Amino acid sequence: MNLTEEQIERYSRHILLKDVGGAGQEKLLQAKVLIIGTGGLGAPAALYLAAAGVGTIGLVDGDTVDLSNLQRQVIHFTADVNRLKVESAREKMEALNPDVRVVTYPERVNKDNIAAIIRDYDFIIDGTDNFPAKFLINDACVLSGKPFSHGGILRFDGQTMTYVPGSACYRCVFNAPPPKGAVPTCSEAGILGAVAGMLGTVQAAEALRYIIGKGRLLTNRLLIFNALDMEYRQVNIRRNPECPICGEHPTITELVEAEQPICDLRSRYHA
Amino acid sequence: MGQEIKKSLDLHGVVCPLNFVKTKLALETLNAGDWLEVILDEGDAMLNVPRSLKEEGHRIVKVTSLGNTYSVVVEKGP
Repeated sequence: MNLTEEQIERYSRHILLKDVGGAGQEKLLQAKVLIIGTGGLGAPAALYLAAAGVGTIGLVDGDTVDLSNLQRQVIHFTADVNRLKVESAREKMEALNPDVRVVTYPERVNKDNIAAIIRDYDFIIDGTDNFPAKFLINDACVLSGKPFSHGGILRFDGQTMTYVPGSACYRCVFNAPPPKGAVPTCSEAGILGAVAGMLGTVQAAEALRYIIGKGRLLTNRLLIFNALDMEYRQVNIRRNPECPICGEHPTITELVEAEQPICDLRSRYHA
Repeated sequence: MGQEIKKSLDLHGVVCPLNFVKTKLALETLNAGDWLEVILDEGDAMLNVPRSLKEEGHRIVKVTSLGNTYSVVVEKGP
């Protein structure tokens, strides 16, 4: 046990938990979590993981802060508009907890860079806002054997599931991205800000429990909620033997990117 | 009392819940069945820490008054 007096006080409410204790806190301080997307989901996840003392937190996002982001992306402040999101987020996380080392990647994930970015991390949080990125993250994590938390939000709805090697993956449930235009983006459909906080915080809790190694993760389960009527439900999911990436005869053996029309890229804001 | 005290911790002046946090951290370094002695202030500390230890499955072996503090010997639970 190498906790300093200051750390014992800072993390006392964790240490008090029977399932965390000093040993669990030590694991958190040594852990490395990557957050892809520093928007609606990544903002609360980054703040809670930093507060929790996760020793290394990576942030991937190529965007700058837009005024319309501030309604839900609580890590960014009004003065941060036009700054790189990863820089804005890093500053808040370091101010919150000097124990945390923040590594920034001011870029979008793509089929060529993602494997190298996720390589050094223990757990990955998908906080992106578009289907091509979500499938790319799933595929990269499955091929690299990395656990990750999927999260998606729209209007008042949220859904999340966790993958660990051997459990059902995102493609087991959702075979391929929906047809272009079938599902609106947040910038078209809107999103209640607090819904992003609810889901991003669930994702942070998944990462923390994965690291601590206690409790039951959201593996082989899809958690769905609707915040308009405040209803939660769970759908049991199973590994699909026909899954194109983790099935018995995979057809995806290297990373591919679904098409992303230029007009969409330009108008898109991170969820 | 055939068993020896493996570790002793003076928590005089350490307030709740930090006294319990430090007791827990000390217990984590011991094995099940080992004895730990903690010195606790009378009042809140004595009201809360032994109760919390029992809730977590540890056993209070002995409590000795030392004036305005107490020596509490606790056996680490399984």
